[in-house]
Amino acid sequence: MTRSDVALDPPSAPVPGAGAADANKQRIFVASQWQLTWWRFRKHKVAVASACVVVALYLVVAGADFLAYADPNASEAQRSLMPPQRVHWFDGGRFGPYVYAVKGARDLQSFKRVYREDPSEKIPIRFFAQGFEYRFLGVIPTTRHLIGVDGGRDANKTIFLLGTDVQGRDLWSRLMFATRISLTIGLVGVTMSLVLGVVLGGLSGFYGGIADTLIQRVIEILRSIPTIPLWMGLAAALPRDWSILQVYFAITIIISLLAWTELARVVRGRFLSLREEDFVVSARLVGCSQMRTIFVHMVPSFMSHIIAATTLALPAMIVSETALSFLGLGLRPPAMSWGVLLQQAQNVQTVALSPWLMLPAVPVIIAVMAFNFLGDGLRDAADPYGR
Amino acid sequence: MLAYIGRRAILAIFTVWAISVLSFAIIQLPPGDYVTSYIAQMASMGSVVTDEEAQNLRIQYGLGQPIYIQYLKWMKLVVQGNFGMSMEWRRPVTEVIGERFWLTVVVSVASLLLTWVLALPIGIYSAVRQYSPGDYAATFVGFIGLAVPNFLLALVLLYLGFTLFNAHIGGLFSPELQDAPWSMARAWDLLKHLPIPAVILGLAGTAQQVRIMRANLLDELRKPYVVTARSKGLTEMALILRYPVRLALNPFASTIGYTLPYIVSGSIIVSLVLGLPTVGPLLLKALIAQDMFLAGTIVLLLGVMTVIGTLISDILLVWVDPRIRLEET
Amino acid sequence: MAAEVQPTLLSVRDLKTYFYQDEGMVKAVDGVSFDLYPGGTLGIVGESGCGKSVTARSILGIVDRPGRIVDGEIRFRRQAVTRVGDANRVVDLAKLPPNGPDIRAIRGAEIALIFQEPMSSFSPVHTIGSQIDEAIMLHQQVDRRRAREKTIEMLRRVGVSSPEQRVDQLSNQLSGGLRQRAMIAMALSCHPTLLIADEPTTALDVTTQSQILDLMRQLQREDGMAIMLITHDLGVVAEMATDVAVMYLGRVVEQAPVDEIFHAPRHPYTQGLLRSIPRMRSRSRERLNPIAGVVPHPYDRPTGCPFHPRCPQFMPGRCDAEEPTLRPVGDKHAVSCFLYP
Repeated sequence: MTRSDVALDPPSAPVPGAGAADANKQRIFVASQWQLTWWRFRKHKVAVASACVVVALYLVVAGADFLAYADPNASEAQRSLMPPQRVHWFDGGRFGPYVYAVKGARDLQSFKRVYREDPSEKIPIRFFAQGFEYRFLGVIPTTRHLIGVDGGRDANKTIFLLGTDVQGRDLWSRLMFATRISLTIGLVGVTMSLVLGVVLGGLSGFYGGIADTLIQRVIEILRSIPTIPLWMGLAAALPRDWSILQVYFAITIIISLLAWTELARVVRGRFLSLREEDFVVSARLVGCSQMRTIFVHMVPSFMSHIIAATTLALPAMIVSETALSFLGLGLRPPAMSWGVLLQQAQNVQTVALSPWLMLPAVPVIIAVMAFNFLGDGLRDAADPYGR
Repeated sequence: MLAYIGRRAILAIFTVWAISVLSFAIIQLPPGDYVTSYIAQMASMGSVVTDEEAQNLRIQYGLGQPIYIQYLKWMKLVVQGNFGMSMEWRRPVTEVIGERFWLTVVVSVASLLLTWVLALPIGIYSAVRQYSPGDYAATFVGFIGLAVPNFLLALVLLYLGFTLFNAHIGGLFSPELQDAPWSMARAWDLLKHLPIPAVILGLAGTAQQVRIMRANLLDELRKPYVVTARSKGLTEMALILRYPVRLALNPFASTIGYTLPYIVSGSIIVSLVLGLPTVGPLLLKALIAQDMFLAGTIVLLLGVMTVIGTLISDILLVWVDPRIRLEET
Repeated sequence: MAAEVQPTLLSVRDLKTYFYQDEGMVKAVDGVSFDLYPGGTLGIVGESGCGKSVTARSILGIVDRPGRIVDGEIRFRRQAVTRVGDANRVVDLAKLPPNGPDIRAIRGAEIALIFQEPMSSFSPVHTIGSQIDEAIMLHQQVDRRRAREKTIEMLRRVGVSSPEQRVDQLSNQLSGGLRQRAMIAMALSCHPTLLIADEPTTALDVTTQSQILDLMRQLQREDGMAIMLITHDLGVVAEMATDVAVMYLGRVVEQAPVDEIFHAPRHPYTQGLLRSIPRMRSRSRERLNPIAGVVPHPYDRPTGCPFHPRCPQFMPGRCDAEEPTLRPVGDKHAVSCFLYP
């Protein structure tokens, strides 16, 4: 047995091939929590794609007027219940989208309006065309829209990408504006739920004791109540003569009153588990006040969970508002939201004849899926012990 | 264990009380009352109601007194089984609701059962055969269930049924048996019509439960006692069902209770779309007409049904997990 | 190997178990060979991560996904009472279909496994008794009542007091030592010929440790079974083992009878391990002698001999270029090192 020369030296013989791995580990050790969360999130491709979808949706919210090409309130009896027009993309070999003009006539046997394409008249689709006047981002007055046709205000020469509703209003333009309302109601509602949820959940989790028991019971009671009948009742109670804005806020308040429970549970759970953590105890021992302990030490460690829970609460809000408006109890015309648009598709007879009236369901589904995936991705990324 | 059940029961009673107050308050919220809308209705038909007549109506329906007196009067009647008169239909509320309430119960329970029955095996399969085509298929269908709101799903299915199959898939009965008295034929007819509403209502809940079961089971499958069981020589199927599934059931069972309010809730809108003879469409009409007793009773009944269901599921939870039993005793 | 005087009970040859992870392939067990004799105790020693547990699980075919056996033989001699004929009594466990009836008939009945963490190795919601009953009823044709009697007998045998009450308790109601005894009872309930003990005493305090080891030795004497004892504790090995196999990074680097391992170790790693044991008679304030370096990351395996980066007798050009194989250097003593070509 020989004594090794290396025995007395500090142990760390270089191991071949470990250099790169070490550098990576260094980066991981010094990264902040937000960076770690972001890195984990990035790996989750579906969540990243959903984030892009959500961004796209909110771009629509900002640019609804720009994306619409017809005045959403301009009704035109001659164009009632017109099916979506087929867009032809290539005009004689070159890229030049156009539609055929459509002539409507009343079918003498069924007394319904029937529409036929007139192949003799091509209406080219222009990009950045002139249309109705609006204020871009609420500030800049302009008449430019993404697409449109020449002589844009003549009803006989407009395009109807998604068809029209029973009053002859263009569905695409209405959909753009409806998106704006539906997505922002969700935000307002979620903010209110967030405030309620964080405050009550925090009280419950941090102080424990009677406050906790009381709030817990209230949450349990609220969770056992079927929500829709309650919302229906509350929404039906809103006076018919309230302005759209008042109804809008009232609806969000109504929905938030029951939706805060989920967030409160998450917050409470986090506070409960964090209370026992050593770093919290040591913060108190060092002399931090309760406020400081909560806001400087505890809250940052579950911020990402809160963000995830909030993101997951959004689709529920959106669906709730859609449902209420669908029933006629939420927002009402002339306000436009996905639910209001879908109200026209309430029975199967109407829908069978004019299936395009169901199209507003598509953005609902897209939004719900996108928010759900995004929220899931955020939740997985936020959890340091996840895989 | 009895103490636990006792506590849950007390909570349930409180919840029912809260629901009764809430339902009564809701009805009182709209400005004006039934008489106001009755007068408006009469006016639109061209006739006029004198003030004296209005006053009499108010006394008749007890509408002039303070709120809490009205509430107490109502509760007294309710516990005697008298739910008051529907002012719009001019018949006792119980008659107007009729079998609709029980049909609501049937649809909700069917949906709940379906959720359990589907979610459990699919969740187990998904976890055990992770990343298999079956897992992906289940996940995909699950996403549809979660992403598409139930009433939209009902609408789309109705449309597809109508246009593709020329079939009318709404309703709980075939037209000829709709108003017939109860019989075996009618019961069977009901059963035949149940699957579609039950699936539509339960799909979102099922999807959620599948995800929960899958996540729980995946956690449990990694644990050492599973390896022990395998090393004893059990078959995969037997050991999975007997051990990790048994443990994954606990958090699973606790979530079932809260699916019921969701299902009952959803049944209101879905009933409207599918034209089911349940309580939903009736509630909407009652609210619009401000038919106080009818609407309040429906909300109360729905709430009570939900609370009872949740209580039952809480009891089941304790039966399923002996650890809770030990903790509580 | 030298000619055996008695037939081996378990003979592992060149076992390879790899884990196919997203980040890369981990060669947890990379060519392990050893022999186990009936009634003997083989101690498998090594640092954490050297593949000892994976070896044990490979033998029973319960390696967790994404790991699987990719090569090698695990030849096991089955009991005389089995229904297979004499000619078929030696089976290659590596070739049996995973989770098929053959390997399942062996698990628990002929080869049993006990684990490091008895708390989490029992199901928390089933009673101890029911889990032992299950093992008995799986492999023996007895009804529930008889199985329960046997369970109680077994619990008594392993030294669990008041077994009739304990049988209906949950695992979290027993102390650590009792739990481990219950685990042993479960493992031995069908009288296996081979007991694999994966760090059975690591989670226990020293007193309980020695009690459990005494128990295992006593049961071994009574039943004549072989024990494969996996541990990182050389003291346990000295006390229990008849033969020792030293593992490093998925390979057996030295195998010998226990006396030779302690008094005449050949492989530099074994020598390093023995040197690093603090001695009672050493002077105070004397530095400990750890082995230089750290165990390499599984994705960063060194080329050639896996130990060469930390070996005080590293021979450049040889040790980092070729992989050594296990060669005999004496009666029942084999080493895998270029110092002994």
